[in-house]
Amino acid sequence: MSDIADRVKKIVVEHLGVEESKVVDAASFIDDLGADSLDTVELVMAFEEEFGIEIPDDAAETIQTFQDATKFITEATES
Amino acid sequence: MDQLMTGKRGLIMGLANDKSIAWGIAQALHSAGAEIAVTYHGAPMLKRVTPLAEQLNAPIVLDCDVSDAASVAQARDEVAKLWDSIDFIVHAIGFSDKSELRGRYVDTSRDNFLTTMDVSVYSFTSVVQVFEPLLAPGASCLTLSYFGAEKVMPNYNVMGVAKAALEASVMYLAADLGKSQVRVNAISAGTIKTLAASGIGDFRKIMNHTEGSSPLRRSVTQEEVGKSALYLLSDLGSAVTGEVLHVDAGYHVVGMPPLEQDDA
Repeated sequence: MSDIADRVKKIVVEHLGVEESKVVDAASFIDDLGADSLDTVELVMAFEEEFGIEIPDDAAETIQTFQDATKFITEATES
Repeated sequence: MDQLMTGKRGLIMGLANDKSIAWGIAQALHSAGAEIAVTYHGAPMLKRVTPLAEQLNAPIVLDCDVSDAASVAQARDEVAKLWDSIDFIVHAIGFSDKSELRGRYVDTSRDNFLTTMDVSVYSFTSVVQVFEPLLAPGASCLTLSYFGAEKVMPNYNVMGVAKAALEASVMYLAADLGKSQVRVNAISAGTIKTLAASGIGDFRKIMNHTEGSSPLRRSVTQEEVGKSALYLLSDLGSAVTGEVLHVDAGYHVVGMPPLEQDDA
């Protein structure tokens, strides 16, 4: 597992208080991990802070799952 | 040793999470020795506020819906059970449908206009009105505004109209309560990435612009707003009332962004 995925997972586990084993690629923050709509905003803010990136509004709306997050962040940090 | 807020008790309304401006204010007051009661609204906020209230050793944590007069009165009654009087109120509450915090102001709906004005403007008047009997001489009330009240900021829309009304109500409340030596002020904070701010369309772009254009060439932090709030809420600001204090790295004085060559 990449370093980015590890760091994203750590944020998700801490923020949502879920078991690490539940944070799989397809896990939806809201449907599978119990996030409310404010949690998803807070997660995006936490990702921006952790990785020093900017996640625009339209992109933030597409980040629904763990994999969505790692994919976006991987691309954003490569550019 | 006595600190600025030793022996002072009051209320912080509208704490959301550790990114909140209200949290910067709460920490500044707590470090200065204040006793702080906290209100929130609804279960999603309770889980966020609980750990923060613990850090503040808040003796009172109340669910208060500021759009409901009975709920505000109930909050006052709960506070009055513990404290005979209070020395400060921090109002950090606003709401608007985020789908109208983008696009054109002219498209604002009547429903959202009224809701925005009720929750973001009247709530401050209502809270001051209902808590007036508890406000000790020398007490200080503070609300939060934004530059969008004075000049047009993209996407801020109806919230800017609401903040203009809020700033006007600060003057009128200050005039009414001055006789009792109660002060009423606002802080117009610079752009800070909070949960509330994330509802404003393209907020990041607005933040980047204001960072680059401000005299201090940067944004401001929750802690910095907290320090200025401490001045207004403590005896340091004892002759300051009806004021809107800009804590915005100076952005409000800029007419045109600096020319690049000036930065060389």
